[in-house]
This record gives sequence, structure tokens and C-alpha cells, in this order.
Amino acid sequence: MKKLKVAILGSGNIGTDLLVKVQRSQYLECSMFIGRNLSSAGMTKAIDLGVRVSDKSINAIIDEPENCDIVFDCTSAKDAIAHWKILEKLGKFVVDLTPAKVGVLCVPAVNLQEAIKHKNVNMVTCGGQASIPIAYVLGKTQKNIEYIEVVSSIASRSAGPATRLNLDEYVDTTEYGIAKFSGVDKTKAILNLNPAQPCIDMQTTIFAKVKEAKMDGLLKEIEKMVAQIKEYVPGYHLLVPPIYENGRIVVMVKALGLGDYLPKYAGNLDIINCAAIAVAEEYSKSKASKK
Amino acid sequence: MKHIVIHDPTLRDGNHAVAHQLSAKQIDIYTKAAEKAGIPVVEVGHGNGLGASSLQVGEALESDVVLLETARKNLKNSKLSIHCIPGFATIKRDLERAISIGVDVVRVASHCTEADITQRHIAYSREKGKDTYGVLMMSHMASVKLLVEEAQKMELYGAEGIIIMDSSGNYLPEDVRERISALVNGLGVPVGFHGHNNLGMAVANSIAALEAGAKMLDATSRGFGAGAGNTQLEVLIAVMHRLGYKTGIDLYKVLDASDIAEKDIMPKVPTINSESIVSGLSGVFSGFAKHVSRISKEYKVDPRDVYFELGKRKVVAGQEDLIIEVVMELVKIRDNK
Repeated sequence: MKKLKVAILGSGNIGTDLLVKVQRSQYLECSMFIGRNLSSAGMTKAIDLGVRVSDKSINAIIDEPENCDIVFDCTSAKDAIAHWKILEKLGKFVVDLTPAKVGVLCVPAVNLQEAIKHKNVNMVTCGGQASIPIAYVLGKTQKNIEYIEVVSSIASRSAGPATRLNLDEYVDTTEYGIAKFSGVDKTKAILNLNPAQPCIDMQTTIFAKVKEAKMDGLLKEIEKMVAQIKEYVPGYHLLVPPIYENGRIVVMVKALGLGDYLPKYAGNLDIINCAAIAVAEEYSKSKASKK
Repeated sequence: MKHIVIHDPTLRDGNHAVAHQLSAKQIDIYTKAAEKAGIPVVEVGHGNGLGASSLQVGEALESDVVLLETARKNLKNSKLSIHCIPGFATIKRDLERAISIGVDVVRVASHCTEADITQRHIAYSREKGKDTYGVLMMSHMASVKLLVEEAQKMELYGAEGIIIMDSSGNYLPEDVRERISALVNGLGVPVGFHGHNNLGMAVANSIAALEAGAKMLDATSRGFGAGAGNTQLEVLIAVMHRLGYKTGIDLYKVLDASDIAEKDIMPKVPTINSESIVSGLSGVFSGFAKHVSRISKEYKVDPRDVYFELGKRKVVAGQEDLIIEVVMELVKIRDNK
């Protein structure tokens, strides 16, 4: 089948890892890898791979709008908002990997089909991709959850400068996503950076405060969800099965990366990228079937 | 003789010791006593600071708003301070509100190697005209060279002073001297030290910090704080005055404040128990103490094993969820035997 053309906007860690994943896809091809600096590590990698590159940022797309169907926006929340104003007019399907939240929030294991009906799909955050599916299961199976909290710990080395500067947006967007998908109003997200060497794998704990926990059958529901996530994030697994402790249900999951551009411990980047690829591929398939 | 500025986080670090259950009434009582004693800076809040009330590290009895408003009423000459860790506290949700309540001092903290997450919070606090400090927690986990680099980043972001915390109570005086000297040499802003007492060294370490050039010290009444507690304020003041340092604090009145603290705000005075010795040795954050005790007891594992395993994994403050994972791991090993 004909592959849809993808432009990757942003040549940092996220963008470069996406590029490697797109290269492998049966449904997508990268027509342009776009950044601001041709000598950056990501650009060098793209040039090595023989991919067309540009250092003109969003102007690269404005100049040649016919050259892509899908845009992965891996810049920053602020830039992504400005980009969408342009890309919307150009009729592009945008997968937004920043916490800008201009489009519909998507966690593929929960709402993939619904999300691709929109033209701007937001991938929430890395912690959101790891925790929301579990929060969703908890929201479905438990009655009267008072509060959900998610805590992610990631290796320092997997958090680039933009992530560090955008911690507040990370917290806001993750909390918003958890609330939306679990149906629980009161939520909190916490992010820890751990500098330990060797680097720690990304790990996320989901707490649900509930007076009477319904533990029967919960493990099975969670395992079902984990299996669904594994289809697009192979390194995702259950680390500590649900326990009820001190008035709270606790579930811990771990995401190991594929080790494409970034090392395996950077499961936080892998999980959001795998989810983004799943969205773009599904969009590509839906386009093909309509033709 | 040298003047040293004392910061008193009794009502913040002490909150760890009571699982963050300090009440508005207790805040009211102690801030009055601290004001009377002339303590220059009084820090108030959840043990992990602003916006940290959570299942992960413990839910607070009182909201940040109640804690800060109560303290604000009583502190006139003493400045009201907050501890603020990005990743827990956001500017919009937490810091903006705290500043509108009228805090004077904002201490923006991160794990010792992660200073760049403090950039926006430090800049915001400076913009608002607050006394702004950078705090490097768990400072024993970084090399001296790296610690200086991280502190320099905070200085560059606008911090008006840098405090390093011995959050595990792991240092001996020589460790402190080495680090404080390097910081004093590498920075253009004053340096401070926050001690924990797991190995009985908090006062000695604080004096070592002064001798190496520190201009600020943290200390709490009766050492009220996480785990084995912090540097004991009233002891420190007595020792400093004997050594000829000036603090502006009235000795009798700080002794009174600590008596009041013992009577009215602490269910028990911090002691160096067996668990806190192991916690200090293994370099684990003192704030883990209550969680480790509770979960170890519930699953019948030896808390000392839990500490050493956590130490091996180099956990940082904020990773309290890993206690559960480690305990489950130990249960698995035990059950397989």
C-alpha cells in the first residue's frame, strides 16, 4: 500500500527517535525532518539515514505544503500552539507530542479509533501514556474513587532541556488527562528525575484512594489492558500487581524502551513515540480504506 | 564577629515526623514563639514543601493556604519561607498563590544533580521580588565538582544564595567542610547548610559548615524533622554564641520556643533509633522513615534490609513508591526460601 508522507517537526530526542520508528513503518514514510540547526545530533542522524532535512522550522512546511500528509510536532507546547494555526489551514493531520493540548487527547489503548477522526491529536505526556490506561481501568472497575495520583520516575539522562523547562506543563497536562479518562475529578501528577547510574528504567505508580476497593477481578482487567498496550509498546509491563494498602489501590508499571535512537531505559520517550506512531499508522490505514 | 542567618524549618521538616499532620493551631503556637525569639526565617509547609500533599509522600492535615495564612498572621519581623520542589509544585497552581498569601522567602529545591528544573520557579520568584534561594537536596549523592556546577546553575537562574541539604544525615564534618569550601569558592552568593542527625553529627556538621565559610544554617526546635531529625536549633544557637557567632536570636527565648515546640507540636522528640542509623548509613532520604516503618511492619520484613536495598538503588526524595516495590521484592525472596 501507499505510505503516507510524514514531516517530523523538531529534531531533538523525541523527533529523532520517531524518525527511526517511521523508517520501520509499513504505513508511513518520512518526507522531511525539520529542525533549526543542521549540526544538531538529530539532524546528523537524519542526514546519515539519507532523509531529507530542513533547518527552516515551520517554514519548511509552509514552503512545500504538498510534501506531507501528517506532521509530528515535537517542539514545545508554546510552539505547537503557533504551528497548529498554520497546519490547520494547510489541512494537515497533526500528532502533537508536546503538552499543548490543543487537540483531542489520545491514549491508543483507550480511544484510538475516536481520536483519528480529529485533525489534531495530542499524545498527553509520557507519564500520561503509562498511567492513563491503568487509571481508566480503575475508573471503570471501582466505585467512588476519591482521588487518583500518578508518580513517574525517569532517568535524568532521558529528560532533555525542553522537558525540564516544561515540568509545570507536564504536571498540568498529565493531571488533566488522568481526570478526563478516569472520570475522577481530583488528580495529581508527580515527576521525579533520578540521576542514578546505570540509568533507571521509566517506572510509574498509580494510586487510587478508595474506601472500599473491589480487588476481585481487578488484576485480570489490568492484565488485559497491559496486553493491549504491549501491542504498540512492547516494553510495557506490570511491575507490581494491584494491592490495597493504607486505603489506596497501588499499581506499578514499567516501560522499557525499544532502544531505537535512545537507550532502553528511556521508556518514557519510547512510550509516547510508540503511541504517536500507532495514531499515525491508524490514520494512514483509515485513509487507505476510504480510497 | 560573623553574623549568620538562621532558617528554621521546624514547621516544614517537622511535618515529616508527624506524617504531615501539623495543625493550624500548632502553626499558630510555634510561629508566635519563633517571632518572639527573633528567628530571622521561619519555613512552613508540608514536609516536601508546597503542593506536595499526596498519596506518594503523605497527605497533609491542613492545606498550604491554611498553613501559610496562619503563619503569616504571626510573623512580623521573622520572614515567612516556603520549600518548593518543581515536579511537585507548579507555578500556576501553587507558587502564585503562596506569594499572594505573602511569603517573603522562596527556597526552590531539586535533587542535587537536577538544578535545571528550578530555572522557571527561581526566575518567577525573583520577578515577584521575593528572597529566592536554591536548595540542593540529597547533596551526598553528587561529587563535589558536580555539586558546584549545579549550584552555579541556580546562581545563574537568579538564586540569591544556595543551601545544600544532608537529607540522609550521611555526612561527617570533613565531608561538609570539603563541599562548603568548594561552593564558597565557586559561587558569588552566600552558601548555607541543612543538617540531619542520623549519625549524631548535625551540630558538628553545621559548625564545620560555618568554619568553611557558610553564611546560613538550617535548624529546628528539638531537631523536629524527618527521621532522626534535623540540627537541633537551641543547641546550635548555644554553641554558636559560645564560639562568638552572632545570630540575632535571643537564647532564653529560643529555649522557650523549643520547650513550647516539645510540649505543643511534637508527639515525641526525635531520637536516633536503629532504623535512622541504618537510613543515614545507607544514604536514604530521611523523609522515607515513616513509610518504611509502616510498610515493613505490614509485610513483616526487616526495615534495615529495606533501607540498604533502597540505598543500593540510589533512590531520591520523591520516590517513596519504590519502598512498596522493594518490600514486595523482599517478600518474594522470603517466600521462595
